[in-house]
Amino acid sequence: MSTVLERVTKVIIDRLGVDENEVKLEASFREDLGADSLDVVELVMELEDEFDMEISDEDAEQISTVGSAVKYIESKQG
Amino acid sequence: MGKLDGKSAIVTGASRGIGKDIALYLANEGAKVAVNYSGSKERAEAVVEEIKASGGEAFAIQANVDKADDVQNLISSTLEKFGSIDILVNNAGITRDNLLMRMKEQEWDDVLNTNLKGVFLCTKAVTRQMMKQRAGRIINITSIVGVSGNAGQANYVAAKAGVIGLTKSSAKELASRNITVNSVAPGFITTDMTDALPEDIKSQMLSQIPLAKFGNPVDIAKAVAFLASEDANYITGQTIHVNGGMYM
Repeated sequence: MSTVLERVTKVIIDRLGVDENEVKLEASFREDLGADSLDVVELVMELEDEFDMEISDEDAEQISTVGSAVKYIESKQG
Repeated sequence: MGKLDGKSAIVTGASRGIGKDIALYLANEGAKVAVNYSGSKERAEAVVEEIKASGGEAFAIQANVDKADDVQNLISSTLEKFGSIDILVNNAGITRDNLLMRMKEQEWDDVLNTNLKGVFLCTKAVTRQMMKQRAGRIINITSIVGVSGNAGQANYVAAKAGVIGLTKSSAKELASRNITVNSVAPGFITTDMTDALPEDIKSQMLSQIPLAKFGNPVDIAKAVAFLASEDANYITGQTIHVNGGMYM
């Protein structure tokens, strides 16, 4: 069973085409990983599919870094 | 072999008028069609039967396009049946004509909700799937009056002009995901409604049309099918006027 971080990392690598060692917890999707606003929307969509959850538009706006995505998903998984 | 073999489409407001002909024509070109209706269940089912009778695939589905939950159900039901959504035709529309000074707030709201908000909701809902597919065609039915203006139709004209702006904005947002968004603007098209007009009004309208005849719903359907096909790969954000030259 992969950890949340491992699964999030894989989604990010697949979607943004970045190198695994660039995907650090503090990395910002837009500033560090070269995502545009639409990429971030798509990323959130894929995280929803990967973790079988719904992320509201308000929550999605708070997800801007790798760490914030992991933290959000972990909090929802209780 | 049709232009749209293997594609799947949603046509809103497809139980009658121009929407019906669009549904029939897309099916004729090989597309599977979700025939959306708001109130006319029997008519929508008749359209489905007509498509099936010619060997096509279709189903009827109720949804009010100005209700987000209805729209979500329209999208997910179509996805369930067809496995993809390649084409969305935002056609559903109503009129509540009145002079500006007599227009009730309700008449304004009803027309804006169905004709403009409905396009927004359907576009928003289908975009998720089309982005995943990295392909999609959205075709919005606007109107000649959305660019020319028309006395007695302030609400309708505002909505139709809004659709043109929405078309351009969504075209820009979605282009990088290979989704094109275009509009078709019908002029004076023969329908039950226009058949009922008095002869003198009709001849006065005719005098303003350089091609000297009214259009048929299928003229609109053909423009829609073109925009939905591979032939229109490099066209996005545009409004195609189909009006016999009535407005240039």
